[in-house]
Amino acid sequence: MKTEELKNISTEIRRHLLFMHAISNESHIASSLSIVEILVELYFEIMNTDPKNLNDPERDRFILSKGHAASALYAVLAERGYFDKNVLTSFAQNGAIISVHPERNSVPGVEVSTGSLGHGLPIAAGIAFSAKRDARKFRTFVLLSDGECEEGSVWEAAIFASRFNLDNLVAVVDKNKWQAYDRTNTIQNLKLLKSKWEAFGWSCREVDGHNFDELRDSLGSLPFEPGKPSILIANTVKGKGIPEMEDKMEWHYKSPKITDIEKYMGFLG
Amino acid sequence: MRRSFVNKLTELVSNDKNIYLLTGDLGFSVFDDFRQRFPSNFINMGLSEANMIGVAAGMAMEGKCVFVYSIIPFVTFRVLEQIRNDICLQRLPVKIVGVGEGLTYGPSGPTHHAIEDIGVMSSLPNMVVLSPGDPVEVEKIVGESVHLSSPCYIRLGKNGEPVVNLSNSEIKIGVGNVVKDGNDLAIITTGNMLSSCVNVANSLEGKGISAMVVSLHTIKPLDGKLLDTIAQKFEDIFVVEEHISSCGLGSKVAYYYADKNNNVNLKFIGLPDNFVDTYGEQEFLRMKYGLDESGVERKILDCMKKA
Repeated sequence: MKTEELKNISTEIRRHLLFMHAISNESHIASSLSIVEILVELYFEIMNTDPKNLNDPERDRFILSKGHAASALYAVLAERGYFDKNVLTSFAQNGAIISVHPERNSVPGVEVSTGSLGHGLPIAAGIAFSAKRDARKFRTFVLLSDGECEEGSVWEAAIFASRFNLDNLVAVVDKNKWQAYDRTNTIQNLKLLKSKWEAFGWSCREVDGHNFDELRDSLGSLPFEPGKPSILIANTVKGKGIPEMEDKMEWHYKSPKITDIEKYMGFLG
Repeated sequence: MRRSFVNKLTELVSNDKNIYLLTGDLGFSVFDDFRQRFPSNFINMGLSEANMIGVAAGMAMEGKCVFVYSIIPFVTFRVLEQIRNDICLQRLPVKIVGVGEGLTYGPSGPTHHAIEDIGVMSSLPNMVVLSPGDPVEVEKIVGESVHLSSPCYIRLGKNGEPVVNLSNSEIKIGVGNVVKDGNDLAIITTGNMLSSCVNVANSLEGKGISAMVVSLHTIKPLDGKLLDTIAQKFEDIFVVEEHISSCGLGSKVAYYYADKNNNVNLKFIGLPDNFVDTYGEQEFLRMKYGLDESGVERKILDCMKKA
């Protein structure tokens, strides 16, 4: 796919997000805005997935470990054809199938229910481990947040994945540098994130998480090293695309007002 | 019970290589043979219990039949949210096997006791809670567990629990096991108190009191049909367990009857809502809390006198 097309899809996703969060008055729009390009690159270029064949045993698996950014996943799944785009307007409404955090038993295309941090990587490792045992070729992708790397279970899984040489496992860290109540590096020092993962036996690359050429170059050459799990640290901007929201902690909580949507749309072009 | 579990698992894996055992670095002398015979199906996950549960969930999503194994507190309390979110919420048939029910690990102290795990695990939606009473029940329940579509928790004692049931007894998950029939009172128990309860019932027989003994190895879902029958037949019902009664089988049975407005005369013989911080072997601690055979018998006789 041409980069231009991917950019257009990303713009469409951001439009969806503005409406979804404005209508529902739900938080976390900034966490969703930071992963748009990562998800679009995965779902429209990298992963072998087919919305018409949800249970294909050979499909690539994707787990949104940072489940609070589910709105972005829903928008991407809808654009990719997993369900009707009209469903997006029901985001976080009473009785809706698409809630604040993703549910695998109700949303087509959602592989794992998440919402509590530190759960996605161990599950992904279990899936990848099973695939290795059965000599199956599909890959398992999991998207973590940088703050999530403070969870001990992430590192338990990191040890396990390298022990079993799970080079069919790919983690992407959305390094948007903010977590719920402060800058990530102010709370717990994760400055040496790349070398931490490398020390745990992973092959690590670092890219601009909003740049499709960089995302494609790295995710298009998996595994980064044979015999090692891959991890891509994607440097992103929390709230990317809407200047008012970019790199601002309060947008972990706020939601856009309906009356501001037109103004925000202007930034998206 | 532990030996019975490993023997059954060995038999199952011999016939089905899709079955895996994940252990949290536990099983010295228990899994030696299993590990040697089935190196691909035995995975020592190390001291990473949270990861162990997540990996088990991922494997179950890919169709693997997974048993996870550790000492009860490490495979329940420590990883409660992993069990809740990764296994129960996703409705995956992972089998969580804990050893050391009740005060089995008495001398190791309260960190190793398992006297509130029934309450914790049965609080989780979708979870089947199993507490077999002797090696025969262990074997049958473990064998049937591989066919469950829900997650389950199997709590075991250690080695050496007496065999109570005949090897051809009909043991089925969800169906209470009437080990001994009786006419005057009912003793409902679960897990490792079963053989003591049978001995108490035999002793009461000599005093002219005929007691029924039921092993409710399936704590969730409870066998309501059997509980209804018991309530119809008996005025006095005793719930005996090596567990805190207020969150254990006692509470489950009480809730069942209360919910049905069934005003039975229920008595609880179990542990109080305290950590057991006295040092002691299992039998010593049972005595301290009146859970040894003479203590249980005394309590039953006292209640019958008052009635």
